[in-house]
Amino acid sequence: MGNEFIKLFELIISASLINNFVFTRFLGLCIFFGVSKKMETAVGMSITFTSVMMISAAASWVIFTKVLVPLEITFLEIIVFIGIIAGLVQASDTIMKKISPGLYYKLGIYLALISTNCIILAVPLINAGEKYTFIQSLAFGLGSGLGFSLALIIMASIREKLELAEVPVPFRGLPMAFVVTGLIALAFTGFSGLITL
Amino acid sequence: MSSNSTSLKELFLNGIIKENTIFKLALSLCPSIAVTNNLKNGIFMGLAVLFVQTMVNITISLMRKVIQPKVRLPIFMLVISGWVTITQMMMAAFVPDVYAKVGLYIALIVAFASILARAEMFASKNSIMPSMADGLGMGVGFLFALTAISFFRELVGKGTLTLPTGLATQHVFTFVNTKPLLIMVLPAGGFLAVGILMAAFNWLDTKYMKKASHGTH
Repeated sequence: MGNEFIKLFELIISASLINNFVFTRFLGLCIFFGVSKKMETAVGMSITFTSVMMISAAASWVIFTKVLVPLEITFLEIIVFIGIIAGLVQASDTIMKKISPGLYYKLGIYLALISTNCIILAVPLINAGEKYTFIQSLAFGLGSGLGFSLALIIMASIREKLELAEVPVPFRGLPMAFVVTGLIALAFTGFSGLITL
Repeated sequence: MSSNSTSLKELFLNGIIKENTIFKLALSLCPSIAVTNNLKNGIFMGLAVLFVQTMVNITISLMRKVIQPKVRLPIFMLVISGWVTITQMMMAAFVPDVYAKVGLYIALIVAFASILARAEMFASKNSIMPSMADGLGMGVGFLFALTAISFFRELVGKGTLTLPTGLATQHVFTFVNTKPLLIMVLPAGGFLAVGILMAAFNWLDTKYMKKASHGTH
């Protein structure tokens, strides 16, 4: 049991730091560059994203192993997963609006953006490809969510400072953000080999 | 943007230059970095997107009169994921070596904001020919961007260029035997390369395109 717990911990660390989705797998970049301009939005996005990520990892795992595998229609995984995610996002949108309008006012907009985030689709696809168990899928979802949040928050804090810097005209805005991300990614390569799974 | 006043050629060019998905709109960035450390992978990824974008635009345009506006987004997603699944299967069958490297990113074309955006903003409002021109333009623009990025990265990073000569064959041109700037083919270099190319595109745009756009208006 203890051994299994360590395995899960390793999975979370590996998904969030070593194979960080933004810096080593290059997923979720549109959202990453879109919402990392301000710290406040970055934090809001991180919270919403991590929670939806875990729910969708769990839901996709159940449907994949209990429906798609027995029926031998795993080739439909993309269509089914995107359906689950779109449904989930829509559902949490409605539920949040009813239960907690204050929270909805703050985080609702990020919820709508999430369905265009590739990480949210990549995690169920990787879970299915690697044949993770239910708990492992959850851990992988959590790790990916945390990794994305970490990336967003680092980036937002740098970009807030960058506003004041004097950047050459053609590099203003996104090109500079890319160069900065490249440098952070370089730092993140230092994590590789931290844990070998 | 009304379809009567803009010609098909303008629609086509719009996607390549004025609204280039990667360099201008900064959408669908994931594959632009993930698969571009090798020219061949970049080209095939670009072709896959070109195919999906064009087919999705055509399909949506054909269906635009029967789609209920309230459920249009789920229907668009279904159409897109259908075409992506077809592309994925074709690539797995015809170019297995490329598919092994870019497979995950092919599946993720589904989540491309740019494809959904074109379906929503253009194809659902226009007839089939303009939609096709728009899809082709957007796709070629994407292919162009991916080719440029992977050309730059492979040449600077490894000193080679891998050109596909057929579905299963390739030819590797070696320019220098040392690896000039290895960082460019590493993950981190992808961001740097896109950043630099984007800046170059901006610079060219402000320098030359301004005159051109003044001319047409």
